[in-house]
Amino acid sequence: MTTNTGTPLVEMRDISISFGGIKAVDHVSIDLHPGEVVGLLGHNGAGKSTLIKCLSGAYQKDAGEIYINGEKAEISNPRDARHYNIETIYQTLALADNLDAASNLFLGRELVTAAGFVDDAQMEAETRKIMARLNPNFRKFNVPVSALSGGQRQSVAIARAVYFNAKILIMDEPTAALGPQETQMVAELIQELKRQGLGIFLIEHDIHAVMDLCDRAVVMKNGQRVGTVNVGDVTDDDILGMIIMGKKPAKAY
Amino acid sequence: MTNTPLSAPPTAPSHTANGGNPIKRFLTATEIDTRLLGMLAALLLIWGGFHFYGAVVNGNGAFLTPRNLWNLSVQTSSIGIMATGMVLVIVTRNIDLSVGSMIGVTGMAMGILQVEILPPILGLGHWSIWIITCIVGIIVGTIIGSLHGWLIAYRGIPSFIVTLGGLMVWRGMAFISNGGRTISPVDSTFALLGGGPGGSIGAYGSWIVGAVACAGVLWLLIKGRQQRIKHEFPLRPMWAEVTLGVIGFAAIIGAVLLMNAYPLPRGILRQMDLPDDAFVSHGFAIPVLIMIGVAILMTILMTRTRFGRYVFAIGGNPEAAALAGINTRWMTMKIFALMGALTGLAAIIASARLNSATNALGTLDELYVIAAAVIGGTSLAGGVGTIYGAILGALVMQSLQSGMVLIGFDAAIQRIVVGMVLVLAVYLDNLYRARTK
Repeated sequence: MTTNTGTPLVEMRDISISFGGIKAVDHVSIDLHPGEVVGLLGHNGAGKSTLIKCLSGAYQKDAGEIYINGEKAEISNPRDARHYNIETIYQTLALADNLDAASNLFLGRELVTAAGFVDDAQMEAETRKIMARLNPNFRKFNVPVSALSGGQRQSVAIARAVYFNAKILIMDEPTAALGPQETQMVAELIQELKRQGLGIFLIEHDIHAVMDLCDRAVVMKNGQRVGTVNVGDVTDDDILGMIIMGKKPAKAY
Repeated sequence: MTNTPLSAPPTAPSHTANGGNPIKRFLTATEIDTRLLGMLAALLLIWGGFHFYGAVVNGNGAFLTPRNLWNLSVQTSSIGIMATGMVLVIVTRNIDLSVGSMIGVTGMAMGILQVEILPPILGLGHWSIWIITCIVGIIVGTIIGSLHGWLIAYRGIPSFIVTLGGLMVWRGMAFISNGGRTISPVDSTFALLGGGPGGSIGAYGSWIVGAVACAGVLWLLIKGRQQRIKHEFPLRPMWAEVTLGVIGFAAIIGAVLLMNAYPLPRGILRQMDLPDDAFVSHGFAIPVLIMIGVAILMTILMTRTRFGRYVFAIGGNPEAAALAGINTRWMTMKIFALMGALTGLAAIIASARLNSATNALGTLDELYVIAAAVIGGTSLAGGVGTIYGAILGALVMQSLQSGMVLIGFDAAIQRIVVGMVLVLAVYLDNLYRARTK
């Protein structure tokens, strides 16, 4: 368990957001420290993704405040989030299928030449470098990402988040579409990024992955926070009880 | 293959590995787009077909003559210019049905400006009239395009509806603006932009354009090879580079010879105080040069700038583009504004060519422009399209059109054929995509 002292990397206080009268997220507060992995759990529709999209800039919160390194942050679009070194790997991967890996990796942050033109060759070279580290088997640099397998697409999405020196990483079910070997690869990557001092929010359905990878787990149900637990202090049955019945174990807070 | 050393023989192993068949090997080594070849083949088939039909049935093959091909190039200009803009619109999953009507209203605005407003102020035939008129025409087009873009991007009205409305509104405006009367003739310098008498650059000028184009091809090849060496990417074999250079040079020189082979008619020679038997070449027409310039700039925009990259990203996955921090609404507005500006430019050429502004100018052009983009490989599902494809598509459409006029098909049959060709072209394109996927 990490010692949660000092200023949190991210603090989301009292966040609320509703869609057409339905409260998708109802006064939820969560925090994240450097070098920590916080799991976000709950049923489909519990509000996990919606909450986290307020941090990544995809949605705008109706109420509440976000603090990054103790300072109040205004995040009204994905560009703002990137400005705070928040990178997101979406469940849908958010890749433009018609573009190649390099174009996707640098989308919105293209490398340009002195004359202001996109430097495709430089971007491809950089992509080859980072992919050599993340997924050495990756070869398909000159085809649209629609021609890639699920795991290859995933590694493009992960490379995009890692390349730009994220401090805060949001992963929305990063292993949902992956085989066992690729899942293991993602798990190792999470451990490595954690050692580098990144804070990671991990939205995950697989309770075993949560027990393995996360330091703390936040459970949500019907848009509200059921509770937060230190993963080391509880059993997976405790967490399942929180997810399914909203039952808060004694060690939760 | 990433580790190809700099001193490696100039053959990329990955390229020679596939395909034993020499044609296939040639195509992979030169990296020529097979789709482009298909379109060129279709074009040659159409040209040859019309010429042959004319020769056999009418006893006069008039298609493959310098005169006809020169005219074809001029007729293609206005549609071709708009088609380059339509590529961007369609790639981002939108459509613009209003370009024909926008031609009408901007042409009318320019007609009124240069014939009724400016001469009393500046004096008839003043040197600046054509410049002011062109600038205003492009601005009017840009404003109309921006209005469409704003309604689509910021008011959430589908582009189909906004521009369908525009199709009717702007045509009506073109009529009202001058009570349905035609304005003619336009400013004499302005008229040159349409490629009419005197509106081409002659043999000498054409050779200069050809030389510049050849230098450009050479520069592209050398620059491309240097880039690949710098980043240690696989190189094209040297013979393929040379072949590409030779093909490029041959195409350019052929085009210059062709354009120079069409002499000015006797009437113009007499005006120039030249003997009737003098041979003075037309050379490239000004509107054709404008179209080539637009095509080059638009190609750079689409392939070498962030703007172009975002156009493709929005077409491929609008949600992903937004999540990557791209302001998709502002992009949509800019794309429609650009479409408007290009339509303004096309209106200059169309009205200059006609030497008049009429309220019917550009009628049905939207369909030819969309057809040109689609025949040129722009996918209506978004995310895919090229500028050179759209220009070739415009050339195909115009070849069909003028070829049928030449062999004496009437308007009804022309429409039937053009309509069927459009459907067939898209079907063939689907087959091609399914096969190469």
